[in-house]
Amino acid sequence: MATTTTKSPALLVGQSLRRREDPRLITGTATYVDDVKMPGMHHACILRSPHAAARIRGIRTSRALEMPGVVAVFTGEDVAHLGPVPCGAALPGLRVPAHTVLARDRVYYVGHPVAVVVATDRYLAADALDAIEVDWEPLPAVADPEKALEPGSPAVHPEWPDNIAFTYKQEGGDVDKAFAEADVVVRQRLVNQRLIPVAMETRGVVAEWKPGDRQLTLYTSTQIPHLVRTLVAGMLKMPENRLRVVAPEVGGGFGSKLNVYAEEALMAFVAMKIGKPVKWIESRRENFVATIHGRGHVDYYEVAAKRDGTILGIKLKLIQDIGAYHQLLTPAIPTLSILMMPGLYKCKNVRADLIGVFTNCTPTDAYRGAGRPEATYGIERMVDILAAELQMDPAEIRFKNFVGSGEFPYQTATGLSYDSGDYAAPLRKALETVSYKTLREEQRKAREAGRLIGIGISTYGEICALGPSASLPCGGWESATVKIEPGGQVTVLTGISPHGQGEETTFAQIVADELGVSIDDVVVLHGDTSLVQYGIGTFGSRNTAIGGTALYFALQDLKEKLKKFGAMLLESDDVVWNRGRCVCMKSGKEVTLPEIAAASYRAMKLPENTDPGLVATRFWEPPNFTFPFGAHIVVTEVDSETGAVQILRYVAVDDCGKIINPLLVRGQIHGGVVQALGQVFYEHAVYDENGQLVTGELTDYAVPKASYIPAIESYHTETPSPVNPLGVKGVGEAGTIGCTPAAVNSVVDALSHLGVRHIDMPLTPEKIWKVIQDRRTA
Amino acid sequence: MKKTITLFINGQRYSHEVEPRLLLVHYLREVVGLTGAHIGCETSTCGACTVLLDGKAVKACTVLAVQADGRFVTTIEGIAANGSLDAVQEAFWNEHALQCGFCTPGMILTAKQLLAREPNPTEEQIRHGLEGNLCRCTGYQHIVNAVQAAASRSGD
Repeated sequence: MATTTTKSPALLVGQSLRRREDPRLITGTATYVDDVKMPGMHHACILRSPHAAARIRGIRTSRALEMPGVVAVFTGEDVAHLGPVPCGAALPGLRVPAHTVLARDRVYYVGHPVAVVVATDRYLAADALDAIEVDWEPLPAVADPEKALEPGSPAVHPEWPDNIAFTYKQEGGDVDKAFAEADVVVRQRLVNQRLIPVAMETRGVVAEWKPGDRQLTLYTSTQIPHLVRTLVAGMLKMPENRLRVVAPEVGGGFGSKLNVYAEEALMAFVAMKIGKPVKWIESRRENFVATIHGRGHVDYYEVAAKRDGTILGIKLKLIQDIGAYHQLLTPAIPTLSILMMPGLYKCKNVRADLIGVFTNCTPTDAYRGAGRPEATYGIERMVDILAAELQMDPAEIRFKNFVGSGEFPYQTATGLSYDSGDYAAPLRKALETVSYKTLREEQRKAREAGRLIGIGISTYGEICALGPSASLPCGGWESATVKIEPGGQVTVLTGISPHGQGEETTFAQIVADELGVSIDDVVVLHGDTSLVQYGIGTFGSRNTAIGGTALYFALQDLKEKLKKFGAMLLESDDVVWNRGRCVCMKSGKEVTLPEIAAASYRAMKLPENTDPGLVATRFWEPPNFTFPFGAHIVVTEVDSETGAVQILRYVAVDDCGKIINPLLVRGQIHGGVVQALGQVFYEHAVYDENGQLVTGELTDYAVPKASYIPAIESYHTETPSPVNPLGVKGVGEAGTIGCTPAAVNSVVDALSHLGVRHIDMPLTPEKIWKVIQDRRTA
Repeated sequence: MKKTITLFINGQRYSHEVEPRLLLVHYLREVVGLTGAHIGCETSTCGACTVLLDGKAVKACTVLAVQADGRFVTTIEGIAANGSLDAVQEAFWNEHALQCGFCTPGMILTAKQLLAREPNPTEEQIRHGLEGNLCRCTGYQHIVNAVQAAASRSGD
């Protein structure tokens, strides 16, 4: 047996390391798009429609062109040759409106870009916006998706008077039989309101054109630099290798930057036209109308069950508010909800009818969780409603219906194969943590004393690690290149594009363990298409499960090559790789990684059939999604006089597979839960009947503040995924997926003895107070 | 009509001719070249642009540069003394109090003011004190932990 001559340092995977990306962020020296400055750089501002629907009878730009510092004004006619803003999702019969970069003769939503002003200074560009004269003919608009479906409603796109963007059906099992055999059927309309993602950094683009090299560089605040390169090159009709896209430091995305936007192609056009670099930074007011919104579901659920609580069938009519256009993945998002319909339960009979509806509103698209929070909210609210109907305990009904821990891989009625799990384990842990039985007793006593205490449970599953390429319009694999440099340090180029998730740290942990190098010798680079081999990007909790796995396999390739060089240097054919050293099994002699690296680049001698250097690239296609799961319990108290809700306790038990860095996982859970609490209690993108966004600023749209939010108790169970060798599942969206039903179930539970069965989000004090008053007077 | 202003930023004297309407945050970012203060809303709501003006946290998106004439400004770039991080910076790093980092400079400067006023704040005081600064990533809990950690460190 081989003996190691040095003691191995502790493995880093599984340790709570503080992040390696933080020093630049806490000192204010990171470079976000607005921090990019170039000689001769000009500034652009965009004129946007104040109307939800209007005809443009004419645009006069002459006064704006005379303003100080203004060098150009462009309108729809000037960019008519550019390709449309792309929709990547394909559904049968999908109606795709022509989505031009700037509006031409008509606008379809408030915020629709109409013209761009370019000036030497951002203040002067903003001044000139006011000098553009547009002759508007306002038209009737519709902002509510259910109203848009009514006959005689204004047509968002005149060519499709029914406002239907697409319909989609999915069915599994025998739903009619299940409903015919049921002892009980519960029905409920559930609204998942429109939300505004509000990444703290708005979008922004800097475009630079070098005519001599015929090279265009776009700095853009995006989650998907490579996809932006492919799609914007297509819009510009430019060869892809002439376009470099850089995602510099990105100040949050949450799905809102998983997109290709008009402004990316527009700034490229402007830079090429004026021959100078140009910067556009979205204002917050613009961000509220010009960057995608999320959710926007109206769901009609029916659940059939036996009297003992066994769920037999689920029917769903899903109305998705599309907005005025399809952005990159808009139509695909609600189809994810359908896939996730049965949740963690064994129900084999499901039917979903989905209608995508055009409205005169900002397009919806992926927002943290993207379709899965909606599905989880649906099934978890319905299970509670069913439990109430059957007078069963909400925990008991869940235990009764869980897919069993011995049933994996489990084929769902919607065609998924759940990878691994023990769905009862997190619920048991959460119930123990809150002392559930005692808590119920306390609730009963409090109720007798006139206090309104609620206990809400949700047990969620999610589809993560998006995903196998067949499931995505863009490819679902991921890539990694690992370079061991001649001096023995390691450089990783990853195709993911993290923007806060922390893979510069977690990937370095994986590298350090696999190669046995110091983490200080590892650098992880990403987000620049001229530096990094093609990749897909960051969304759908895929960074570690897919990008990390590509990295893992590249590291295995390198280890093989290191062993070949090691064997050559040790003049032995019996060697092993052991924590940074190649060891001869016979003599016990060893060579270190830096020694091998030097020899491989110096290349005085090479192992047979082996090239010089130590570089490996892997593109990894996942065989399946991963399926994290968990249980959240929320304890609330409702003030019957004001309708205000106080969260007394929030317990989250999440199983995201193997954990690389517990500190970072906790951060993801906290952030996700708080974003979801925003949806539950505060946030709602409200449009008036004319299609004006009433909540058009942070002063009107309530993002959670530090004082609104309780401490979250975060625990885990750890069930490895068999889908990838790291055993990881993903955690970026778990908090947003698990939270909303648990919190709403809690508030409804607090009011259940008053006969309250459901309240739609956001659960504002006013809404709750009215419900209580109604019940008291009833 | 441009006006000459003189400011003392992070201990250094700066003098420039500026438009009266130039915002302090644009002055810092584009004239002086200190880009640590970020612009998240332009309406004093998000706090990403927070700097200290004569020691008090202000939102630099709603202060004119000319209003800061003759005054002392501290930005995120100015709080690490002699190459070693400020206690609040160190605590933010240790406690994983940031993800995308966009709100972080403003959050750190607000936390510094909070600790200057109340060296041993309760969790409730911390959450109240951070109300003017939005974070969309962390759910605030690790930020609260960081402020507590910084408080106990400076109390050592």
